Amino acid sequence: MNQSEWPLWEVFIRSKQGLDHKHVGSLHAADAAMAIQNARDVYTRRQEGISIWVVESKHVHASNPDDAEAFFDPANDKVYRHPTFYQVPDSIKHM
Amino acid sequence: MQDDMQFASTENPALATYTPAVRQQLFQFVLQLADTSLILGHRLSEWCGHGPILEQDLAMANIALDLLGETRSLYQYAAQLEGQGRTEDDLAYLRSATEYRNPLLVEQPNGDFADTVVRQFLFDNFHYHFLKQLLTNADERLAAIAEKSLKEATYHLKWSSEWIIRLGDGTDESRRRVEKSITELWRFSGELTTPTALEKSLQAMGLIPEYEDVQASMTAHAERVLTEATLAIPQQIFMLTGGKDGRHTEHLGYILTELQYMQRTFPGLTW
Amino acid sequence: MENPTQHLTPEEQFQARIDADVRIEPKDWMPDAYRKTLIRQISQHAHSELVGMLPEGNWITRAPSLKRKSILLSKVQDEAGHGLYLYSAAETLGTTRDQMLADLHSGKAKYSSIFNYPTLSWADMGCVGWLVDGAAILNQVPLCRTSYGPYARAMVRVCKEESFHQRQGFEIMQTLCEGAESQKAMAQEALNRWWWPTLMMFGPKDEDSPNTAQSMNWRIKRFTNDELRQKFVDMMVPQAEFLGLTVPDEKVQWNEARQAYDYGEVNWDEFWAVVKGNGLCNRDRLGARVKAHEEGAWVREAAMAHAAKRAERELVAA
Repeated sequence: MNQSEWPLWEVFIRSKQGLDHKHVGSLHAADAAMAIQNARDVYTRRQEGISIWVVESKHVHASNPDDAEAFFDPANDKVYRHPTFYQVPDSIKHM
Repeated sequence: MQDDMQFASTENPALATYTPAVRQQLFQFVLQLADTSLILGHRLSEWCGHGPILEQDLAMANIALDLLGETRSLYQYAAQLEGQGRTEDDLAYLRSATEYRNPLLVEQPNGDFADTVVRQFLFDNFHYHFLKQLLTNADERLAAIAEKSLKEATYHLKWSSEWIIRLGDGTDESRRRVEKSITELWRFSGELTTPTALEKSLQAMGLIPEYEDVQASMTAHAERVLTEATLAIPQQIFMLTGGKDGRHTEHLGYILTELQYMQRTFPGLTW
Repeated sequence: MENPTQHLTPEEQFQARIDADVRIEPKDWMPDAYRKTLIRQISQHAHSELVGMLPEGNWITRAPSLKRKSILLSKVQDEAGHGLYLYSAAETLGTTRDQMLADLHSGKAKYSSIFNYPTLSWADMGCVGWLVDGAAILNQVPLCRTSYGPYARAMVRVCKEESFHQRQGFEIMQTLCEGAESQKAMAQEALNRWWWPTLMMFGPKDEDSPNTAQSMNWRIKRFTNDELRQKFVDMMVPQAEFLGLTVPDEKVQWNEARQAYDYGEVNWDEFWAVVKGNGLCNRDRLGARVKAHEEGAWVREAAMAHAAKRAERELVAA
């Protein structure tokens, strides 16, 4: 294919102060500065954001879905990590 | 949604202090600014659906939308200054080419992407620095409109400056094209800061800024950007003027024919 | 604990996830046919947004008021955005935008035939928003729950933004219908031209749509063509009546037993002719897209060349 296709970038937007940046989609841009501007023009036309992160898609490394069971299932039986596992006497407040 | 047409309803208190003659002059000048934003916004909107890549289609449409928003605020204020009951649409759609007061630069055709970028850069460089001066050295209402537009113009100037750099310092072809566009369009840039009789009169009254500071900032910015783009600033160019006095290139007539088609064909209706 | 799905083939496990309404994500295993069908469907949708900019775009410069001009420009700009979201979703399946555009330009990939009809009057801006976007929304809302995650998420964004498109179209129609005789006539004339092509947007009749069953199984299609077409007629006939306009179909009549409107037969010969490239605007639309892409090539190359130079300079400086 054409060598000139601009690389793909993933876009993350903070919708308001105090919230995390959230993945909103992707776009093409020749460089990081352009990717940020394009993200502004593409993904914040309705005041959706106050801060933008971009990262070139090839730099995103993801876990493998085939490993999902080994990765995430072991957390299944560790109920003691959750506060509801513990019984607190009714007379104890603020815990 | 926030209504960006917030200026429409409130009366500028300073208006009462203006004599009818001053008011008339200010009216003419605000029209000139409105015509300028409208014609450039119109030109940019011609790109919609035809840009070099989707992302830039969106960018150019955003700039066009900003300019159209500014246009409406300005026409509304102009209508108020005139006080004859005309609306923003009357002013935009029912004036002839010789009544239009935009500088020649903004009516020049889109050409290729380099032409559009150079035209935009020359205008943005003026627009940004002019609006900055307008904030502090102008009629109160104009300053208020400038405050909103300045944020937009800051972004426009960034966009067009970066594209000048990319095209100048890109490939051989892009360099050749952008050099040609500069040769073609630079001669329209002088008009932006060459005051007309109307502008001189308003400057003398302190209702609009002097152009010396604006021109100095423009030159500095242009030098910075063109140097980074490895391009040369044209020297000893014969500058064309006349648009601000209603003497236009032939392009404007065609723009208005299209722009005003509906209002001229179906007079007096609401759309 | 015994995993009940472990004896199943990958295809069966995949289908079990879909049946349980679990979204499929880019790195998950999926059948080749699912991937291919999705790429075709999403890119076709993206192409429709892209080509769809043209019939409305040519009225931006002629819009009758500054307010309408701003609204129309922002709407057409949204369509560029929607095309972009959808191309991005398709790219997660392993294709590239360049490849998809090449397929569009060569005629291999399709886009919605509705955009091969010309926009001849200002009322067409009303009809495109009211009818065409109305039909598109019926198609799109169910796709917010489609089985492929990136597609569903793109559609959520598209639907959120589309909501003003149909309203602005209806508002244009309403203003015309409440205006002068010449305006109302303009509205009726536009409706006459757009009604049938809009009904064709839902695609061939169910019996002529062999892939529907598989697509519904995969939940990349959630209603059949005829179901959506019926919904559309039921929604639009009362709206046309409200406007005081007449739908150009003598067979349109409320059927009390079915609790739906009966309507006439679409001209399928016309439908297939336009799909095969013989509509009034097929050549112009595709020609405009190819021209924009080809004339933009040097711009895209310049930006890449500059980015490379700059990266190299930064490397040297570091």
